[in-house]
Amino acid sequence: MKSAIGHWFGWGLGAAFWIGLPVPTGAMQRFPPPQFETDHALPVTTTPPPDGPWRDVLDVAVLAGALGLAAWLVLVRRSRRGVLALVVFSLIYFGFWRGGCVCPIGAIQNVTAALADPGHALPLVVAAFFLLPLLATIMFGRVYCAGVCPLGAIQDVVVIKPLRVPMWLEHALGMLAYVYLGAAVLFAATGSAWIICEYDPFVGLFRMSGTTFMLGLGAVFLLAGMFFARPYCRWLCPYGVLMSWIAPGAVWQPRIDPVGCIQCQLCRDGCPINAIDVPDVPSPAGSGGTGGPMLPGPEAGLRAGPGVGPGVGPGAHRRDRRRMAVLLIAAPMVISIGALLGHGLTPALTRMNERVRLADRLLAEDMGWVEGHTDATAAFRSRGDSRTELATETKRITSIYAWGGPLLGGFIGLVLAAKLIQQARRRRSDEFVIHQPRCVACARCLALCPHHPGNEARLVELTREKEPL
Amino acid sequence: MAEATRSEPSSDRRGFFRGMVRGMALLAGGATLGLLATRAQAARTVWQIDPHKCTMCGRCAVECVLMPSAVKCVHSHGMCGYCELCTGFFEPDAPNLHEGAENQLCPTGAIERTLIEEPYYEYRIKENQCIGCAKCVAGCAAFGNGSMYLQIRHDRCVDCNDCAIARACPTQAIRRVPADQPYLLKQVNEP
Repeated sequence: MKSAIGHWFGWGLGAAFWIGLPVPTGAMQRFPPPQFETDHALPVTTTPPPDGPWRDVLDVAVLAGALGLAAWLVLVRRSRRGVLALVVFSLIYFGFWRGGCVCPIGAIQNVTAALADPGHALPLVVAAFFLLPLLATIMFGRVYCAGVCPLGAIQDVVVIKPLRVPMWLEHALGMLAYVYLGAAVLFAATGSAWIICEYDPFVGLFRMSGTTFMLGLGAVFLLAGMFFARPYCRWLCPYGVLMSWIAPGAVWQPRIDPVGCIQCQLCRDGCPINAIDVPDVPSPAGSGGTGGPMLPGPEAGLRAGPGVGPGVGPGAHRRDRRRMAVLLIAAPMVISIGALLGHGLTPALTRMNERVRLADRLLAEDMGWVEGHTDATAAFRSRGDSRTELATETKRITSIYAWGGPLLGGFIGLVLAAKLIQQARRRRSDEFVIHQPRCVACARCLALCPHHPGNEARLVELTREKEPL
Repeated sequence: MAEATRSEPSSDRRGFFRGMVRGMALLAGGATLGLLATRAQAARTVWQIDPHKCTMCGRCAVECVLMPSAVKCVHSHGMCGYCELCTGFFEPDAPNLHEGAENQLCPTGAIERTLIEEPYYEYRIKENQCIGCAKCVAGCAAFGNGSMYLQIRHDRCVDCNDCAIARACPTQAIRRVPADQPYLLKQVNEP
């Protein structure tokens, strides 16, 4: 034993000056591997392999199949029950079994990074996860949200008592998703952070493991989701923004039966996410026995902007036009203010990047502005990494932020302006129609409609109720 | 499909609008697709730690989304000196040089020490006990051969799109590697 200690100390003292230096590739062997006298076989370092390519093929196949099934259930069967069954399946498969990763929402970042940096590898499976749901949206509307997305699914099953959110708040909160999208793209393009993955509220629940913050965030979203249906989908989902842009152009769209609408409002009351547009002009006679919309009154206030029931008239028309003109003139100003704000925020945004933070910290340490060092700076110094390389890298990142920051601000300004203009537009409709950009095709309204097969009794009842009027 | 496909009764304008949206989306989609086609690659990748960049800071044990971490210590036995006094195994000021818990560096007792023949001892990692804290790695790198090091174990790793440890790593030691070469071993296994 004594000799062993002596042996060790001899080596220890000799090796003391090696501390902190990295071990070069297998070259440095302070102690030569022994030549055993017995025929002792060295244990082999095991290398359990990752899942094979079959997993990707299976995932993409299930995704495509689920999208097709969702489209069929929503558009053809118009079955809420079927969609719910698919929701449960997707929750189990994409959520709990596959751990919620990779998903199209996060894939936005992979695609951005691949487009911004040719050296960034974009695996085919990620590209497929990004594109397939968009393709489905252009064909069938947001059926991905309806029954395939695991994040949507986990929120959909906890909706127990959805409360109605006033439209002004709906629109205001909806802006968050645009900010989130813009920021995620900027951070992914600069290789700074993947905030969509970092702040994914449900992935921790899917894996049943995660930081307290992650699990807590998930719990908060699920609790909120009991009363405000699908809060993430409605107000935060960056992929939902992309889909909301193309859903209005879908070839086949989920649609409430426009024939024989009796204006019962069941669809609107049943929609937990404010995705049914309310009629704002009197309905043509005979469409169901009622002379006009039942809404003006307290309901009218739910639609933000002008053009609501009582406001119909030549005066109102002129007022609307004036408002539109003001908004159109103000739009460039809103965008410029956004860009300016973005410009002002650029230094803060830039510090999201780790390389920039490292360079800043190194400078601060060199100048004696801060005491001590971080793991990153210590490693940087001990390895003798190139300062010039770091400087070039930071310069490149900073230059992207220099126009990316204002662009992000301008984008948010543009969205705000577009939203205001959209609200000022007079929408003439005498029907309850699905607001395609917002609708997640959950099929609740379709199943509630008195014209839905199986609801005949309700149709009779509702029609009779109205007759005395 | 009848209800779904029927165009809105109202207007050509809306139809025109829809056509325009569709056309633009298809155009944008096509352009993105074209770009992606040049960038996408069939090769699959997985996360792995480059042991030569690792500074044994201990974040791997706590930052991974899994509990315990998907990172474990691996031991390239061919590089090991089989020292009797292993600085990856013993506390620097160990009271005694035997396997007693008070002497061990590993907080979970995940290293098994066996006498092979005087004075050579073998150190095996009990992977189900290892939490990837890198304490042994640091000890082995400081005074030993550096035969112990951290690797992401792919039977555990869930292959997050954005690896939480990679995000927290102070030296960017974690990167994506081709899935058919999923480990960055310091020494290739002998047959």
